[in-house]
Amino acid sequence: MGPLIDPFLDNGFMLRALLAGLLVSVACAVAGTFVVLRGLACLGDALAHGVLPGIAAAILLGLPGILGAAVGAVVMIGGVALVTRRTRLSSDTAIGLLFVAMLALGVVIVSASDAFKGDLVAILFGEILGTTPEQLLLMAVAAVAVIVVAAIAARPFLLLSFDPEQADVSGFPSRRYHALMLLLVALTIVVAFEAVGTLLVFGMLLAPAATGALVAHRIGLMMAVAVAIGALSTYVGLLVSYWFDLAASASIVLVAVAIFFVVLSVTSLREPRPTRAAEHETVGAEAAGRHR
Amino acid sequence: MRLDERSPAGSGSARDEAAVAASRLDIGHPGDVVVSGIDLVVPPRSSLALVGTNGSGKSTLIRTVIGLIPPVGGSIEVFGAPPGRRPTRVAYVAQSHAGAHVLPIRVLDVVRMARFAHLGLLGRMSSTDHDLVRWAMEAMGVADLGRAALRSLSGGQRQRVHLAQALARRADLIVLDEPTAGLDAGGRERYLEAFAGELHRGAAIVTATHDIGEAAEYDQVLLLARRVVALGGGDAVLTPDRLLETFGVVIHDTHEEHAGRFTVAERGRGGPQTIETRRPDG
Repeated sequence: MGPLIDPFLDNGFMLRALLAGLLVSVACAVAGTFVVLRGLACLGDALAHGVLPGIAAAILLGLPGILGAAVGAVVMIGGVALVTRRTRLSSDTAIGLLFVAMLALGVVIVSASDAFKGDLVAILFGEILGTTPEQLLLMAVAAVAVIVVAAIAARPFLLLSFDPEQADVSGFPSRRYHALMLLLVALTIVVAFEAVGTLLVFGMLLAPAATGALVAHRIGLMMAVAVAIGALSTYVGLLVSYWFDLAASASIVLVAVAIFFVVLSVTSLREPRPTRAAEHETVGAEAAGRHR
Repeated sequence: MRLDERSPAGSGSARDEAAVAASRLDIGHPGDVVVSGIDLVVPPRSSLALVGTNGSGKSTLIRTVIGLIPPVGGSIEVFGAPPGRRPTRVAYVAQSHAGAHVLPIRVLDVVRMARFAHLGLLGRMSSTDHDLVRWAMEAMGVADLGRAALRSLSGGQRQRVHLAQALARRADLIVLDEPTAGLDAGGRERYLEAFAGELHRGAAIVTATHDIGEAAEYDQVLLLARRVVALGGGDAVLTPDRLLETFGVVIHDTHEEHAGRFTVAERGRGGPQTIETRRPDG
């Protein structure tokens, strides 16, 4: 069938990598859409890196890395919530501090052990070509869970993205659904890190969803575009990595980010001014409103 | 009794309850009381205007009424329950709209959000829901913008969409924070007509406003300046002396025609600032 399909048919590891990438793409598209809409990029980034000490500690203790990742994510979310609630600091500051602490802790744990060198690279950049059938199953379960939760909580999530106060007034407590949304993001990161690594999972979370936000005027459509772009990036990235002998997960993420910038330049060529002008007008009106 | 026709069976006992009833209410945050000792009752089919400068306690009172912040002291009930417990009966239009500028969402979907309180997580939109959404969009003159992206609209059009969202809730209490900010003349006309209709239907309306002319149209006016300056009918409350107490300085009171026309100077950061207000129908 030629160089575009053969690598996947001839090699079991390539087929498993493709499936893993597709499952990760679906989960990341759904969770990433809300990360983009709610402006949670900073928290998503911190979560992705914050799981590192959890994974390192788990491996050190001989436990599955995914378990440690889950613990790390929960600690991260809880820590951010605690710091933002107790102080008047912005959540960005709290997130930044916790992110650095978790990363440092991860490195400290790693440096305490000699048997880590290979593992650390795998944790940071993923091992998509080494995906096992068990990992595939887990990813499939997680992807389905993410979709089901997002479908059930679609209305509160939409209200939350629109205006958290409107969610509260409509009978959907914003704090509760915000926590649920963070858990969704954490779940996605925890299951995706084995494929694309803790450093690169953030790219899969952000790039396809951000591209969707550029072209779609509906949230459902935005998610669909994100899934399609995630899937395309997986396929193209794996092919490129196969034929040119490049790192697989990094190739996938690079393709996803490249698509974002291509779409961005196309959309800004097509409609150069209107969105800009509208933004300025809004900012001006808001400022006027505040001073009145 | 219009309310009877639309109250679902079982909620009849709440029929005659005040939309808002506050007694010795202190609002603010723990350790930082903004206004204390508020006593007020807003019956169904009546309106209350909250008038005061920024920081006077208007928005704090609004946030307390819709249940976003708990009262610091005293008591407040909304339809006989603590604020926030009756989401299907309360609609709210905020002064600024957090995520509205970036969200990829159509106008129609924004107005449909109004029905979520009734539908819950998974309930399907009924034909009644669709009818209310369509009616609300027509009332605010945005029916033909249904498929337009919210972020492509001007500030005035967007405000119309937010007001349509409040209408589509078909609430018994509508709480508005500076609803006319950014509205053009046409939007303002539609707003006045639509919300007068809501009042006539039996809803209670609570509005925070800087517009003294508009406030004069309300059944009750509450003047706030980090304390209750006055509460009562517009004629009794909107006097030069009390406006002086509320805003700092009143330069003159010209009483043109039958309508009150005040020019109020507010002590702002950059020296006195003149705000001219007049009746919307003037």
